Amino acid sequence: MICQSCKEKTATIHLTEITSGQRCETHLCQDCARQQGLTVKTQMPLNELLNTLLSAQPKTGNPAPSSVSVQSEHACPSCGMTLKRFAAEPLLGCPNDYAEFQVELLPLIEQSHNGKSRHCGKVPAGTSDQDRKEIQLIQLRRKLEQAIKNEDYEAAAKIRDQIKQYP
Amino acid sequence: MRPADLCNYPSSWFGGGSDVVSEVVISSRIRLARNIAGYEFLPCLPPDRQRQLLNRLKDILLSIDLGNKVFFVDIDQASDVERNLLTERHLISRRHAHGKGPRGVVVAEDEAFTAMINEEDHLRMQVFAAGLQLNACWERINRIDDAIEKKIDYTFDSRFGYLTACPTNLGTGIRVSVMLHLPALKLTGQMEKFINTARDCDMAVRGLFGEGTDATGDFFQLSNQVTLGVSEKQVVEDFSSNVVPRIIAYETQSRQALLEKRPFALDDKIQRALGVLRSACLISSQEALFLLSNVRLGVNLGRIKNINIATINELFMLTQPAHLQLRAGKILDADQRDTLRAEIIRTKLSPN
Ligand SMILES: [Zn+2]
Ligand SMILES: [Zn+2]
Repeated sequence: MICQSCKEKTATIHLTEITSGQRCETHLCQDCARQQGLTVKTQMPLNELLNTLLSAQPKTGNPAPSSVSVQSEHACPSCGMTLKRFAAEPLLGCPNDYAEFQVELLPLIEQSHNGKSRHCGKVPAGTSDQDRKEIQLIQLRRKLEQAIKNEDYEAAAKIRDQIKQYP
Repeated sequence: MRPADLCNYPSSWFGGGSDVVSEVVISSRIRLARNIAGYEFLPCLPPDRQRQLLNRLKDILLSIDLGNKVFFVDIDQASDVERNLLTERHLISRRHAHGKGPRGVVVAEDEAFTAMINEEDHLRMQVFAAGLQLNACWERINRIDDAIEKKIDYTFDSRFGYLTACPTNLGTGIRVSVMLHLPALKLTGQMEKFINTARDCDMAVRGLFGEGTDATGDFFQLSNQVTLGVSEKQVVEDFSSNVVPRIIAYETQSRQALLEKRPFALDDKIQRALGVLRSACLISSQEALFLLSNVRLGVNLGRIKNINIATINELFMLTQPAHLQLRAGKILDADQRDTLRAEIIRTKLSPN
């Protein structure tokens, strides 16, 4: 998600305010949030964050069409985990929860990982070639970003060539 | 080997080298969080399946080459003082010590490797090393991880990486930490510099001994927070070539400033600390921590001669409550602990 203010950097600060029943969301990057004088609590515990998100959802009546209504009682069919339980202690019940609650979890995941939401790192030996390639590509793109940031254009050119070799 | 056998020795990874880096960076640690395919995460895993998983992982860990003799401790069956000893030596977490249900830990005898089974995730492995040796830690834990992966399947997702019970560990599941001694930054009121550097690099700061950040006698643990979207090597690299050198530079500058501008105030602090440690008859673990920290600074700066830094490092470890009780062979109340602690410190630091 892109910062609403500078429209450049990734938004990692998500604010939800409810005034007289109207829900208002603001998404800012760290820098813009700081500029606007918002004291950024960098390590808001996950469950607190989730509670904020859950309580911001319209519970009854007609939800705004764009907003996803969280059915916090909905249970994962394979382990029984609910978002309500997760909000009390931020531990999931099984791997399927990441798919089951992906919509609700994604903002939390991005918030705790500096806006990132895709793995880039070690891959188990049994991983399929296709998945392996995708993860390698992500790693290369990160390296490219870094090289450009450090103004190492020679390295950047090399990484670009490597990226081109992927089908 | 039993946990109680450890109480008379310092950990091999605590302290070590005498270079500038090791003065500030006491030790390096890398942890990997893994979960096993086919099992629910622990909050939803029934006890009998937890038991089954514990046995499976234990057997695997005891069958692979960990480069050292290893022993297993059943944490559920262990006594309180044994659990506390393992916590004081950073071999298990507080959560593991005070949790419930079938759980255990595999420990290498040099204590540089431990694997907690059924903690927050099915498997949490850690590798320690003295000083700043994160690359070596990563290579070792990566090899062990590969060896385990040959025997059992981890839960892995091509988008989110290694799946963990808590989304904050998702991706690589890696937690890189360094233990830092920053007495001069604290003494010169410049902790902000350290805290801000940590925050700007998305790293968390925690106290090293005891709970809370304020009561830890100038010892801090710095760890990465982001585990998704960055590779293990990048995290290690960020510590080794960026963040840690900056913090070492801050601390070294503050030490120099103290030596140049306030040598008497510095010596007063150091010598008073040594004086109290050499004469106290009762000393709490809090007080010992603060005074030993000042003496460690004095030894590092050459203001105290004839005391070995290894002695100081050893005292940090051995004067913790569970260590004292296992050494005494019985449960001690607070007064008895403070007496024994003072006695050990007096003996070790005695001038003759
Ligand atoms: Zn912005
Ligand atoms: Zn589930």
